[in-house]
Amino acid sequence: MSKVDNAQRYVGAPRPAPAKKDGPFFVMFWRSAVGKKWIMAVTGIMLIGFVFAHMLGNLKIFLSASSIDHYAEWLRTIGYPILPETGVLWILRAGLLGAVLLHIWAAASLTRMNRSARPNGYKSPREYVAADFAARTMRWTGIIVMLFIIFHLLDLTWGQTGVEEFKTGDVYNNIVNSFKRVPVAIAYIIANIAIAFHLYHGAWSMFQSLGINSPRFNPWRRGFSIGVASIIAIGNISIPLLVVTGVVK
Amino acid sequence: MKLTLKIWRQDGPTAKGRFETYEMPAVVPDMSFLEMIDVLNERLIAEEAEPIAFDHDCREGICGSCSMMINGIPHGPERGTATCQLHMRKFKDGQHITVEPWRARSFPIIKDLAVDRSPLDRIIEAGGYISAPTGAARDANEILIPKEAADAAMDAAACIGCGACVAACPNGAAQLFTAAKYSHLSLLPQGQPERWTRAIGMVDEMERWFGSCTNFGECETACPKEISIDFIALLNRDYIKAQFKNRRLSGQKS
Ligand code: HEM
Ligand code: SF4
Ligand code: FES
Repeated sequence: MSKVDNAQRYVGAPRPAPAKKDGPFFVMFWRSAVGKKWIMAVTGIMLIGFVFAHMLGNLKIFLSASSIDHYAEWLRTIGYPILPETGVLWILRAGLLGAVLLHIWAAASLTRMNRSARPNGYKSPREYVAADFAARTMRWTGIIVMLFIIFHLLDLTWGQTGVEEFKTGDVYNNIVNSFKRVPVAIAYIIANIAIAFHLYHGAWSMFQSLGINSPRFNPWRRGFSIGVASIIAIGNISIPLLVVTGVVK
Repeated sequence: MKLTLKIWRQDGPTAKGRFETYEMPAVVPDMSFLEMIDVLNERLIAEEAEPIAFDHDCREGICGSCSMMINGIPHGPERGTATCQLHMRKFKDGQHITVEPWRARSFPIIKDLAVDRSPLDRIIEAGGYISAPTGAARDANEILIPKEAADAAMDAAACIGCGACVAACPNGAAQLFTAAKYSHLSLLPQGQPERWTRAIGMVDEMERWFGSCTNFGECETACPKEISIDFIALLNRDYIKAQFKNRRLSGQKS
């Protein structure tokens, strides 16, 4: 028989986190989780836009070597001569870096908040009904993507991964020489599968975070996220796949 | 029916809890889940053991007291059903059933399966009301309300404040509760004057206690009133809008 311990009286609800301190508008916005999710969604859209454009550009590899090299050259000279050479490219790079940093910062901060919301978890197995694999692995696919971005820059931007005859600007040969290494091709393929999972949930979830919700269009949101995820995955994966199998040389 | 129950027992808020196993040799299929625990408790009392503490009140699915995690799902496997309305015929003869309290930092365990859900009241206090000077009742049709708005508000108002959404959410977020309580007022004319202060007040208070929504959608499936996560989108949108709408009146100093 279990004994009732009188010292074990309930003393009241826990304390909440301190109330938000007053501050400038943007700081206040950032301090709220709903605000951070809104920023994650906006930066997520910017990143989707980038990844999509990046993929379209890369697919030129299937047209010809000069086609993709010429495209890479064009990136450096957009807006020239009214803007300095590589001016637009640097604006794009700064915007992307900013978006990635905000996206990751918000993700890390919200993850911490969510962990502390349930420090003492369930002791019996949970049965998830709606939370799918993609949604539950957002943090992991995000980290895989982040590590991949670093590797990808070292590989094809700075040529630090031992690509044969690496030459900045010689895009076609750099890609082929990098992707014919089987482990590298596999890494690119895995990273893009991770992006696909990230977007399967992300490109659906962002509508909720932004509050874009209408019974007329809600059924389309899942189709949209499947479309975005699969187009990006198929487009990007085709390149390492066709290089490593020797179709593109 | 023969059932085996594994129930979380915890003597007090800071005590170490444990699962205890109880054999139930003769469960009547028409019993509700709570009635089955009543039968078990009568037996425990007869054996001079400590009965299992659990919250319950109306036993007709409207008060939101009966909180328990049944086989890993808040309120058990039956959709749109509170524990008190869950009947044992939904289970199989010989089945093992594990029962646990809600778990969240802001839902501390009082004893066994009973938790303190008063932080949900703090969210209501932060904006889940309208300020109406009382007086003679107004004519029912004096304020015109579109049927669609009335229906949507009624759907949101079905929330019984049980906290299953928090319990179900892998992030321990209370977004569905807050969205329901926010929307049922903000969809109606009477809720408009305080709409934008309500959005900020309720969300800011919610975030002091609970996690943040990542749109898992788990809450919607656990909710005994099947409140839609569409209301969460409305809450999110209004919170962002409120950042701009809460302007101070012209001519007033900050
Ligand atoms: C660089 C590393 C990245 C990390 C660490 C990361 C992490 C995350 C996390 C934790 C979430 C929140 C998940 C949730 O709330 O359920 C998220 C959402 C999202 N991510 Fe990423 N992500 C990264 C890169 C990307 C990239 C490259 C894209 C676009 C191609 C992207 C697009 C999105 C979108 C659209 C959302 C949904 C936003 C929302 O729910 O409102 N992310 N990300
Ligand atoms: S939204 Fe549903 S699950 Fe959440 S407190 Fe209200 S009735 Fe319970
Ligand atoms: S006891 Fe009131 S809802 Fe279950």
